[in-house]
Amino acid sequence: MTPVSRSAGVYALIVVLLLAAPPVISFTGQAFYLDLLTRALILAIAVASLNLIVGCGGMISLGHAAYIGIGAYSVGIPAYYEVYNGFIHLGLALACSAAFALLTGAVCLRTRGLYFILITLAFSQMLYFTLVSIDEYGADDGLLIHRRSEFGGALDLEHPAALYYAVLAALLLFLFAMHRLIHARFGRVIFGSKHNDSRMQALGFDTYKYRLACYVISGAMCGVAGFFLGNFTHFISPEMMDWTRSAELIFMLVIGGAGALFAPVTGTAAFLLLEEFLSGWTLHWHLMFGLLLIALVMFAGRGGLHGALMRLDHRPGGPGKR
Amino acid sequence: MDWHLLISQLLNGLQLGLLLFLLAAGLSLIFGIMDFINLSHGSFYMVGALVGASVAALTGSLLIAALAAVVAVFVVGAAVEWLVVCRLYNKDHLDHVLVTYGLILVFDSVARMIWGPAGAAIALPEALNGRIEIGDFVIPAYRLLIIACGLLAAAGLYFLVTRSRLGMLIRAGASNRVMVTALGVNIDRLYRIVFAIGAALAGFAGILIAPLTEAHIGMGNEIIIIAFVVVIVGGIGSVKGAFYAALLIGFIDTLGRSYLDDVLKLFLSNQSAETAAPALSAMLVYILMAGVLVCKPQGLFSAAGFNRR
Repeated sequence: MTPVSRSAGVYALIVVLLLAAPPVISFTGQAFYLDLLTRALILAIAVASLNLIVGCGGMISLGHAAYIGIGAYSVGIPAYYEVYNGFIHLGLALACSAAFALLTGAVCLRTRGLYFILITLAFSQMLYFTLVSIDEYGADDGLLIHRRSEFGGALDLEHPAALYYAVLAALLLFLFAMHRLIHARFGRVIFGSKHNDSRMQALGFDTYKYRLACYVISGAMCGVAGFFLGNFTHFISPEMMDWTRSAELIFMLVIGGAGALFAPVTGTAAFLLLEEFLSGWTLHWHLMFGLLLIALVMFAGRGGLHGALMRLDHRPGGPGKR
Repeated sequence: MDWHLLISQLLNGLQLGLLLFLLAAGLSLIFGIMDFINLSHGSFYMVGALVGASVAALTGSLLIAALAAVVAVFVVGAAVEWLVVCRLYNKDHLDHVLVTYGLILVFDSVARMIWGPAGAAIALPEALNGRIEIGDFVIPAYRLLIIACGLLAAAGLYFLVTRSRLGMLIRAGASNRVMVTALGVNIDRLYRIVFAIGAALAGFAGILIAPLTEAHIGMGNEIIIIAFVVVIVGGIGSVKGAFYAALLIGFIDTLGRSYLDDVLKLFLSNQSAETAAPALSAMLVYILMAGVLVCKPQGLFSAAGFNRR
């Protein structure tokens, strides 16, 4: 039997706790915490999709919140025309975010480094300003969604626990798919192209196509997070895709530890808890947040929470790295 | 065709373009020379406007306010470089993004502590509040002043970069950093000066626009994205590129917003033209950027030939 590392044990425990959360929370009567958890898991889907391109592919996108917006508007705009069919919403979210990723990715991926960061940022702002200027869909004020997506009798998202489990199932499905993807040939090519693109090309891989495919998968996945967020908040507005939202997603990923499969879950949870704690403690919590972020990057080194857990494995008594 | 409207829109475009140039020139130099991405560049724009507003309220003089704002932002810029930024040049771009995003949060909350959530307004002096009549065109005097100051700053920067010893070092640093160090130039000091000059230019833009828009928290975060687009279109590291791209984008944005619905009406029905025009004019600048990237991925006038990693 192979020894199970402590970090894997911690992650398994987190999954068990997440599965058990709704009954426990409804028993204690603190519905607020179920909302917080649902929100955390929705954002974790978005951060996981970001992890695929940032952590694995080295493509630092500063415009990922755009896909959350696309997903959310895929719920809000049909709902505005009184179309509440969830399959249509979800299909639109996937199709539109994949299409936007394909169009912008085709341009962005011609460049690297600084240019890539700035161009993803610029495209997401383009979408932001476009939606701000469309009065029909509420412009700055956004739209209210009166009813959540309907999936016939199969799934009732109006029920908080049902929404929670749907989000959790989607998250675990995505994490599993990503695990398979990055250990398949596709993932190896993406990794290889992050570290040495010319060498991968010399080996005969058309890395541009692989990276574009990776970018589109990531965008579509993030669109699903937007679909859930629109349903969860009953409200959409261009503010959801403001570039500071994209920066927050990167922040969450780095707290969790970019590149690690489970980092999105721990990073998002840590970010939201920190936000709750600091905003309850002081009015000027953004200052604390900013200073903490600067200190984290300058002094803590890369690795985030995942890195800290890995060090746990290497302590005496631990099974060590495989 | 309404010529008065066209002229005044052209002047608006010129004004926006020059402001964008003041922001983008510093950004572009910092990108090109230090390979550093500064998301918080817009904060210098905000600090310039806020400091200027306070000094203007104290002294009643816009000139003193502008000088104070530029000096203050120069010092703040140098301090930020010394405390934080200079430790990041060797790290990768993800760290630049995170730290400068953190700096935005810090700047915005400190500004909110000092100036309050509403920010500060600057009253224009009587002499500048009037209008100037040329023939039968009427132009607000302060707009002309902004344009004149912007052109003056552009000329000053051009002179600094192409004719002075510091400028020579800056250009050398943009094209080959390693060689400049090897020739015995104190590269740390050069970086600090370039960063502070870039900040001061942004601060100057902030105090120029403050009497029109009021100085408010987060004002820099809105305009900085367009400044990034200017840098991308103009080519990283090129002041000349930033100048042409800023004017181009200033004109396209302003004219798009006022004339696009008329143009669309040639092809579409009145109603659909009026619905599509605002959305399309918000996208014009980015469509231009995408077009430039497809044809010339390095921008129109790229200078950073050797430093790209």
